[in-house]
Amino acid sequence: MHHPVHPHRRRAMLVIGALLLCAVASLLFAGMTGSISVPLAEMPDALRRLARGESGTLAASLLELRASRALTAFVTGGALALAGVMMQALLRNPLADPYVLGISAGASVGALFALLMMATAIVVDMAALGGAVAVSMLLYLLARRDLRGGLALEGGTSMLLLTGVILSSACMALITLMLSIAPEGRLRSMIFWMIGDLAGAPLRLAPWLVLGAGLLYALRNARAMNVVALHAEAAATLGIRVGRLRKGLFFVSGVLTASAVTSAGSVGFVGLIVPHACRFAFGPDHRVLVPAAVLTGGSFLVLCDTLARTIIAPQQLPVGAVTAIIGAPVFLYQLHRLRR
Amino acid sequence: MIRTEDLDLKAGSRLLVRRLDWAVRPGECWSIIGRNGAGKSTLLRTLAGLRSPDGGAVLVGGRPLDAWAPEELARQRAFLAQSRHDAFSYSVLETVLSARHPYHAQRYWEGSDDHLAAMKALEAMEVSELANRDVRTLSGGERQRVAIAALLAQDTALLLLDEPANALDLAHQVSVMALLARLCREQGKTVVMVGHDLNLAYRISTHALLLMGDGRWLAGPVDETMQPSLLGDYLGHPIEMIEHGGRRIFLPYEAQA
Repeated sequence: MHHPVHPHRRRAMLVIGALLLCAVASLLFAGMTGSISVPLAEMPDALRRLARGESGTLAASLLELRASRALTAFVTGGALALAGVMMQALLRNPLADPYVLGISAGASVGALFALLMMATAIVVDMAALGGAVAVSMLLYLLARRDLRGGLALEGGTSMLLLTGVILSSACMALITLMLSIAPEGRLRSMIFWMIGDLAGAPLRLAPWLVLGAGLLYALRNARAMNVVALHAEAAATLGIRVGRLRKGLFFVSGVLTASAVTSAGSVGFVGLIVPHACRFAFGPDHRVLVPAAVLTGGSFLVLCDTLARTIIAPQQLPVGAVTAIIGAPVFLYQLHRLRR
Repeated sequence: MIRTEDLDLKAGSRLLVRRLDWAVRPGECWSIIGRNGAGKSTLLRTLAGLRSPDGGAVLVGGRPLDAWAPEELARQRAFLAQSRHDAFSYSVLETVLSARHPYHAQRYWEGSDDHLAAMKALEAMEVSELANRDVRTLSGGERQRVAIAALLAQDTALLLLDEPANALDLAHQVSVMALLARLCREQGKTVVMVGHDLNLAYRISTHALLLMGDGRWLAGPVDETMQPSLLGDYLGHPIEMIEHGGRRIFLPYEAQA
């Protein structure tokens, strides 16, 4: 039986190319849309001005504001989707997401505590990062068994998953406690942080570096991730250093999650439904899935954020609410089709 | 091909196998026979390097297991696990192709030689028409044949199989076993497997390793080890043997009701 080889690769290139176009389109859309819309015809000129660092026209200054927010949305969405793909491969569970191990709950505890203490924005971000790191370290210490190196590796990652879920609920209890004692005035900002909000999120370089490094790691290990996702038992006999790969996936997805949560709060659903939707549309092969999920996650969050700031303008919604409102039905629909 | 030196195996504090000195030479086909919990799978997993010995050593090609780099070892021996759980909707072809992993450390995509090996393995297991199916939709027997196809595609000199006939229908039990015997005879491959069907084991094996589960073991050619009295001892149930047309047939003894 003859089997064609090249369509395999060509299809992957086609998928990635199409998603790249989608990503560019979503960023353009975000730049054009708002209380004052910028027509497509004015975009090239405004972009040129922006690149030169001058914001003479109205279009250029609008674009500057919107672009920085849209780019932050893109990097956050991409990081969350990538972390989701990695977490699902690590736990061999398609229902896992970047938050399942409690890393974001740890970040929330840190950020809410800082908000409660009326800290400045930068301190809130640092506190979120600190919370995420603290929970990751605790997880690593408690569930070392599942992440242990070497060829002699038994069992799955149930210990890691259980420990994560329990740490997460402990953090949730702290969050509830803080919300219940918070004075009225601060409650609103705390709740917005928890739902995930991109308003006022500054455009930084660090999340892009984290996303770039994470993507590089995931692409280099995409084949090994396939083998681990496929044959949990036999991955070690196929020459995979399972312990090392698990540690890598844990560490990189943890950093991605921490970086995303630090800049935008705990935006839900992107890390769960984007990997899912991509797997559904493009297949479970991580060599395609990894870049596809990053691009889709980025575009998805850009679109959601554009909706969040326009749907009942001038009132702004937290983007996390929009992703959940769009995400939940899409996810339920997929789950339903999966079951049939 | 693979050898154990003074190998001890334990389950918790219970000693399963004591000081196993055992050598498997190229072209031999071994069956590991014993009761449930006698340590058959534990031994096979230890041979595969999935758990470390509780004493002694396992050597492949004269080198201890931990002296091998994982990818290098993966080109020498393949392992069929007893059961598998599929979490993601990979296709049958992708499943088999992934067994080619040890052969392309630096490549991102598989080459046409990998596709050829995968398709040949699928044909050998009579599942090539399933190539594009989602593995999660296969029946137990089909999934088992796909898993064996992946093992064949890995193209190793040593095959370790934990109950390869599991979930297979009668015809496929016979054809899979015949294929394994042919691989040993014609290609000089080495097979070590765990199985519960004495008749299938006797038909294709050249040697058998009997495990008692309390430390005792017995290894040797099938004609010496697969004797009704010995098998009865090791399996904990009297066994009768019938010679039929040059074949031995083993039957569990049944007291007349």
